Amino acid sequence: MTAPFRKHALALATLLALAAAPFLGFGDGFALSLLARAMILGMAAVSLSLLVGGAGLVSLGHAATMGIGAYTVVAFDAAGVSEGLIVFPAAIAAAAAYALVTGAVSLRTSGVHFIMITLAFGQMAFFTTSSFSSLGGDDGYTLYARTEWLGTRILDNRLTFHFLCLGLLALVWVGGNLLLGSRFGRVLRAARENPQRALAVGFQPYPYRLVAYVMAGAVGGLAGALLANATEFVSPALLSWTRSGELLFMVILGGVGQIGGAILGALAIVLLEESLSHLMVYWRLVFGPLLVLSVLFLPDGLVGAPLRLRAAIRFASPKRRNADA
Amino acid sequence: MPDPLLELRGLSKNFGALTVTSDVSLTVLPGEIHAIIGPNGAGKTTLIHQISGTLRPDRGTIRFAGQDVTALPFERRARLGLARSFQITSIVPGFTALENVALAVQARSGSSFRFLRPVANEKALNEEARAALDTVGLGRVADRGAAALSHGEKRQLELAIAIAMNPRLLLLDEPLAGAGPEETERLIGILRELRSRYGILLVEHDMQAVFALADRISVLVYGRVIVTGTVDEIRDHPEVRTAYLGEDALA
Repeated sequence: MTAPFRKHALALATLLALAAAPFLGFGDGFALSLLARAMILGMAAVSLSLLVGGAGLVSLGHAATMGIGAYTVVAFDAAGVSEGLIVFPAAIAAAAAYALVTGAVSLRTSGVHFIMITLAFGQMAFFTTSSFSSLGGDDGYTLYARTEWLGTRILDNRLTFHFLCLGLLALVWVGGNLLLGSRFGRVLRAARENPQRALAVGFQPYPYRLVAYVMAGAVGGLAGALLANATEFVSPALLSWTRSGELLFMVILGGVGQIGGAILGALAIVLLEESLSHLMVYWRLVFGPLLVLSVLFLPDGLVGAPLRLRAAIRFASPKRRNADA
Repeated sequence: MPDPLLELRGLSKNFGALTVTSDVSLTVLPGEIHAIIGPNGAGKTTLIHQISGTLRPDRGTIRFAGQDVTALPFERRARLGLARSFQITSIVPGFTALENVALAVQARSGSSFRFLRPVANEKALNEEARAALDTVGLGRVADRGAAALSHGEKRQLELAIAIAMNPRLLLLDEPLAGAGPEETERLIGILRELRSRYGILLVEHDMQAVFALADRISVLVYGRVIVTGTVDEIRDHPEVRTAYLGEDALA
């Protein structure tokens, strides 16, 4: 029991810290909206991590699912519908449908081709949303109001929204881990490491990958619907390929080996971006090298950092003792 | 004579102008070890690829267990009970030995579109996987990472995976390749025990092993079966001698 606990300790601690944050001086509107953003992007990053780390599918178009979720909220808003019981399932379904159609095609390729084709689909979605003039086109769209639940404006309370995002993030994280440990997950992992072996025992990886791709898309759609509510503004920038790249970077920075890493990665990037941009104008000059260094020195990502640190200390300590002697 | 488990009829395959399989017909009976030997480049592995379904023949038919499987893909043939091992060991390195085998058990026991229950705790899968590991003598390393196994152990693991598929026919592509003398001895012992349970089509370079194990031997030269016979018939066959002497002379 202790081994799996230790494996997930860092992600669990992060979730607990997020739960405590509003009561530890991060309860103001600015801090809460920043944390909400981090948690929502974290949710999308966890679903991408399921594809990258679990199934070995490096998608460079994952932001499109988030964008489709967000634009579903916008489309309903423009039509005067803001009931969550309609809007949220619709956002999830729309993103899942997009993932089903694009995945059915993309998953026939692999490696670099897969990256390129997911990028291409993502760009198609980007330009499609840019051309919706009734939804603001390039300029984006400001929501009239946040989504209601059974007619109540429950999401307007920032603290409620904080814990809704946190709860859903935790749910996605736990669900993802269960998924990877299930029969389904075992087939995915085997097909990632050795597709020939999966075939040889009788598993065609394609349907398993497609289902995983649709599931990740659905979570992306959920994240998008939440993000639209968090910012109350949606623009095509949400679907840009740099946003997909950012999600991918959150996954890699956090650690591909564990989907919980994506939570850490998302939080680290959102907070770093925010604090650096306040410190100086040319913050990207610092941000870039920091990311490069993290990849160089933390190949297992942030989740692997404690282990690496412990190993480094163990490696350094006898030397120091010898020097003293 | 019992119905053959596997029957190849007039199998041919060209890569451009190069004929790699030329009108090959042979059978494997239940409980029989049928070995295929031949000099390097004779098309042995290409033939295995066509039987397992990773390569489509240009002409000819493959019947397996009374069914025409010529058009079936690799994984569908596997589910019918056609298990193959690879010339270059093919396992899932990140899995434990047990999980490698349990994956094969899982493939034939119920749906794998199950998303929540931890598969590592599924007793039925693990027990069958352990039994297969015991059969090949790997019971004691069941929980070790597959990547950490020795070369010989990996070859044994591949056999255990094949057994766990509960197959009717084993298609073994040089199962002894790269194994040391002790490992070879052990693997031959395992294959001898398996022979009564499955039909085995064995491609192997180690002549000692082939002569010790095979019921029948087919000799493949330039993609063509030049002769099929018992061990004694093959040993003394003049064409076989030339084929092999020819290879020696070239080497």
